[in-house]
Amino acid sequence: MQFNFDDYYKGLNKGNVLMAYHGNITAEWINGVLESIESKLDSANEDPKIKKKLYNVLVEGLQNLFHHVDDLPDEIANLFTKKFGVVVITKDCNKYIVSLGNFVEHSKAQYLKDKIDKINSLTEEELKDMYKFILNHQKLSAKGGGGLGLLDMARKTGNKLEYTFYQFNSNYMFFNLNVTIN
Amino acid sequence: MEALIIEGTAKTPSVRFEAGQGTIEIKGRSIPENSIEFYKPLVDWLEEYGKSPAALTKVNIQLEYFNTSSSKCILDVFKKLEAIYKAKNEVIINWYYEEDDEDMLEAGEDYESIIRVPFKMIEIVD
Repeated sequence: MQFNFDDYYKGLNKGNVLMAYHGNITAEWINGVLESIESKLDSANEDPKIKKKLYNVLVEGLQNLFHHVDDLPDEIANLFTKKFGVVVITKDCNKYIVSLGNFVEHSKAQYLKDKIDKINSLTEEELKDMYKFILNHQKLSAKGGGGLGLLDMARKTGNKLEYTFYQFNSNYMFFNLNVTIN
Repeated sequence: MEALIIEGTAKTPSVRFEAGQGTIEIKGRSIPENSIEFYKPLVDWLEEYGKSPAALTKVNIQLEYFNTSSSKCILDVFKKLEAIYKAKNEVIINWYYEEDDEDMLEAGEDYESIIRVPFKMIEIVD
C-alpha cells in the first residue's frame, strides 16, 4: 500500500478524539501525555479497570516508540522529523483505540510482523506462558527495552493487535498499530 | 548497614530498605523508560544485605503501575531475595494490589510461579 501521510492521519482522527499527535517522540513529551491523559480519564470518571488498562497500553506504546524510533535519514526527516511518531487516542462508545505509528526499515518490518502474528495466534494462557518465559530468560537491552511491550498490550487488553504496514520508499515502511481497550 | 531510602516520583516508586529490621518496601509507580538505572542500587543493596540478612526479611511490594522494562528489574530484586531464602533465612513477599485490579494480582502470581519464595497476595480494600 502506498503511503500518504495526510490521508492516513485524517483516517485516524475520526469520531471522539482524546488526543492526536504527530512529531518528535521525546521522554519529556511522553511525561506530558501520560499526565494529561490520566487527568482526562479521572475527570471523566472512567471505570478504574479501563483507566488502568488504557494507561498501561499507553505507557508501553509510547515507550516502545521512544525505544524503537531511530534517527530517520534526512530524506524522511526533512519531510517529517528526526524521531517521528504518531499517537492518536479515540473513544468509540465504551471502547478506546490507541493508534501508534512510526517508520520502520524493511528488514525490521518483517520481524515485527512475525512477532505480532505470533502474539495474535496465542490464547490467553499461552500469552501468559510466553510473557513469563521472556521475563525470566531474556536480558534487557541497553535502552531498557524488554521485548515484552507488545505482548503485554495483548495480554492486558485481551484483544488482537491490529497492524498495517504502508510502503513508504525502498528502505522504509510506515507501521501503524491499533490497540483496542474495552 | 545503611538504609536505602528513595522518594517516589511520577515515574519511579518510593523505596525503603532497612537492614536492621529486615524490611524491604517498594511502593508507587514504576514506569521509567530505562529501569536499569533506577533498580541497580536496589539490587546492589540486596546483594550486600544478603551477606548478613535479618532472621526474617519482610518484603512489601505495593505498585499501582509498572511497565515491562521494570518487570525484569523487579524479577532481579526477587532473585536476590530468593538467594537469601535459599540460604535458609526466612523471607516473605507481600504483594499488594488494589481492589479488583486483576492484572496486578496476576502479575504477582507470575512472579510467585517463577520465584521460590513464599508470596502473600493482599488486596487493598478502601
